[in-house]
Amino acid sequence: MTDYLVPLLLFLTAALALRKQENAYGLLLEGAAQGLHILGSILPALILLMTAVYMLRASGAVEIMGTVLSPVFSFFGIPPETALLVLIRPISGSAALAVGAELMAAYGVDSLIGRTAAVMLGSTETTFYTIGVYFGAAGIRKTRYALLAALFADFVGFFMASLTVKLYC
Amino acid sequence: MMSHIWTAMLLVSIVFSWLTGQGTALAGAVMEGAQAGVTLAVSMAGSLCLWAGVGNLMTRIGLTDKLSRLLAPVLKRIFPSSAADHALAGDLSANICANMLGLGNAATPMGISAAKRMARGDTATNELCRLVVLNTASIQLIPANVAAIRTALGAAAPFDILPAVWITSLCSAGLGIVAAWFLGRVWKDD
Repeated sequence: MTDYLVPLLLFLTAALALRKQENAYGLLLEGAAQGLHILGSILPALILLMTAVYMLRASGAVEIMGTVLSPVFSFFGIPPETALLVLIRPISGSAALAVGAELMAAYGVDSLIGRTAAVMLGSTETTFYTIGVYFGAAGIRKTRYALLAALFADFVGFFMASLTVKLYC
Repeated sequence: MMSHIWTAMLLVSIVFSWLTGQGTALAGAVMEGAQAGVTLAVSMAGSLCLWAGVGNLMTRIGLTDKLSRLLAPVLKRIFPSSAADHALAGDLSANICANMLGLGNAATPMGISAAKRMARGDTATNELCRLVVLNTASIQLIPANVAAIRTALGAAAPFDILPAVWITSLCSAGLGIVAAWFLGRVWKDD
């Protein structure tokens, strides 16, 4: 089913644009050019953070952290190897991207851990950053339980990512 | 913030590699990691740009408007005050729909506009907390970044994780809203 989803989406969006007499190809080009800008803006961060993540992995720190946190993670059925990703995901989006990509490369992109990392990345957000942006813009100083509820949602995401990968992938 | 994270990561890796005697590996990892960053970015480029193109197309042909009509009944339940405030309802559904389509850049301004309309003084209202939870839970139909990484690393079927991503996002957003609703009832303001 998922095999046809993306090709069909490509076709349907183009067909809809044609029916609305929009310049489908021009709009795609314009967006792709913006994509290049996005890539250019994350590239420097990706270089720095991949360096740090590779250093952490080579030093053995990632492995030791996984071992130390393993009782807690195993209790919830979350692979301990993803510990660094789980900890860094709510704090920095680009660091999480680097940690996740390194996990997928180290354990195999189609392995249980690689897939779990992918689902975790795809179904959670940079919680602290998002809360900062929204509350900052709205002038909120008393955030009450927002962070607690958002971090709980993140935890559910990490838990469900591990569970769904075990069941479906 | 990032300066602290960066410095801490370096310190931790130096201390641990000294303890585990992995100095040579650490030195190699510096250059290897930097190169891996470029390799990853370059091999993600194709799918990332393609998706940005499709995202642009989806915005222009009004796909977000169509999706927001489908979502309106759900949003009215989560944000009761949007029933009386049409501008707020519009911002909210546009924000959620742009998130679903993976158009993060388009989602944030509309979410902020909704947050400003919801704000009462400097204290977060229950609805504002729920809006933040929905935005931190990331309900994405096509997580383009992750698919791009999977493609770059040679996954057999980069999109086969989609059902797992959907179920996971739905659960985390849903339970996040339930938690916010519960906390809104029991939270004692000081």
